[in-house]
Amino acid sequence: MTRNVLSPPGFSLRFIHVWRRNQLVWRKLALAAALGNLADPMLYLLGLGYGLGAMLPEVAGLPYVAFLAAGMVCSSTMMSASFEAMYSGFSRMHVQRTWDAIMNAPLTLDDVVLGEMVWAASKSVLSGMAVLAVAWALGLVASPLALLLLPLVFLAGLAFAALGLIMTALAPGYDFFTYYFTLAITPMMMVCGVFFPVEQLPAWLQGFIQFVPLTHAVALARPLMTGAMPADALLHLAVLAVYAGVGFYAALVLTRRRLLN
Amino acid sequence: MVPLDAGMTTHHLRASGLRKKFGGNEVIAGIDLDIEAGECFGLLGPNGAGKTTTLRACLGLIDHDGGTIELLGRAIPAEARVARERVGIVPQVDNLDPDFTVAENLLVYGRYFGLRERTIRSRIPGLLEFAGLGTRADTRIQTLSGGMKRRLTLARALVNDPDLIFLDEPTTGLDPQARHVIWERLRQLLAQGKTIFLTTHFMDEAERLCHRLAIMDHGRIIAEGAPRALIAAHIEPQVVEVYGDGARDWAASIGSKTAERCESTGETFFCYTQDADPLVHDLERRGSLRYLHRHANLEDVFLKLTGRELRD
Repeated sequence: MTRNVLSPPGFSLRFIHVWRRNQLVWRKLALAAALGNLADPMLYLLGLGYGLGAMLPEVAGLPYVAFLAAGMVCSSTMMSASFEAMYSGFSRMHVQRTWDAIMNAPLTLDDVVLGEMVWAASKSVLSGMAVLAVAWALGLVASPLALLLLPLVFLAGLAFAALGLIMTALAPGYDFFTYYFTLAITPMMMVCGVFFPVEQLPAWLQGFIQFVPLTHAVALARPLMTGAMPADALLHLAVLAVYAGVGFYAALVLTRRRLLN
Repeated sequence: MVPLDAGMTTHHLRASGLRKKFGGNEVIAGIDLDIEAGECFGLLGPNGAGKTTTLRACLGLIDHDGGTIELLGRAIPAEARVARERVGIVPQVDNLDPDFTVAENLLVYGRYFGLRERTIRSRIPGLLEFAGLGTRADTRIQTLSGGMKRRLTLARALVNDPDLIFLDEPTTGLDPQARHVIWERLRQLLAQGKTIFLTTHFMDEAERLCHRLAIMDHGRIIAEGAPRALIAAHIEPQVVEVYGDGARDWAASIGSKTAERCESTGETFFCYTQDADPLVHDLERRGSLRYLHRHANLEDVFLKLTGRELRD
């Protein structure tokens, strides 16, 4: 009688209804969102990239601003997916009770969680691509291989959205997300190769960051932007895919436990 | 209304031996429900009686721990999703989508049912008219009054043209005008042949709308039947309420000896009796006590069966 919270996800195309709901809300504010997506990376690239970069020699064989641009494609993706899955997701789940309303219709919680994850990833693609567009406009994109960033950013977005949804499933309130930002997002920002090469880190930390997703997103994005095929591409993709897949399942189990029992 | 499939039962909802625990606490302690097509069935009970949990279990929104549920011929929770395609739900807590206008709320909700865009758009004007929101299609949700929100929630529950409508305390928090409008709309739906399952703790609401009622307390159904029949079966037909200075002494000396049964809440005394004349004559003769003589109603039954102490 009682459904097992651990039962496998019920995949269905019905998740598109959830995605479309969120997309319709986003469309109303799309202009402001697009401005934010563009202005934010522009400030970083101009300020840090050219300002700080002017004082630096080449970093990992690249002008610093080009080095930074590749990292920022990934960190913007991470931020955008995390914010959407946590703050917006929590609003829809807990505050507005939008998920309740959706589940009163013939959709399941599995449809809702999948829809939220794919939506957050979609939104993060826009953030990541906005950085790419700015970098291209500044002449920092060396090769059409950079177009492969689109699927890469989507996969990374899924991984960070899944992690964010786990936090949402556990959160008593918005304040809870501060822990995740302080303990996970900000450290990843700092040590996963966004601002400087990971080779600068002590060996133990270099080993540790092989287990976090942002490292692998950056390791794929930087060569693609500068026109090289990334080394160990399958390994990096596999790590991101495992985060997305296992993360989704964990988020689903935790959300089922929270809402269905 | 969609005609019932040949050979399909006319029972729109059947539950037997339903049980649900939260932690160690048995919120539903073995209940049976049977709702037939076209009827309005009311589940009454004080706060915490298990009404909302029962509703959610019947819809497959939470899992039950024991018993069986069949909703529109589908086993719950296994086939809950499919069953809900023909069900409309008005939840207790308002969950209209605050990011959308009135019409967008209906459009987006219709999409959840997999309805075609054209189908939904063709239904929206009729639904808005039903909700008395014909001129408000592009209004944002935040600017609607409580009554308007409730009516829109009701209209939203009809977007899929359901056979059975669940309403969880549909008029809680509304002013009398708004409540009467909701009742009138629910009667219209019954006239169209829809089946209604509602929970309430307003006895007048139950008495006006419901063909049949069940009174629930502590997870059990303690009485069931038509409103009039419940009153006849459980309570004396006349009530004399006495209150104010001297009421206590009067109740002790006269009321409790003359009436079949006397109850009190604070300084108000309720005397239940087959024949109120002796009580009323005595009160008239004294002239000093404030009193009210009335017919027994569902609220009296409810209070007799569930007690007068507060439920917090």
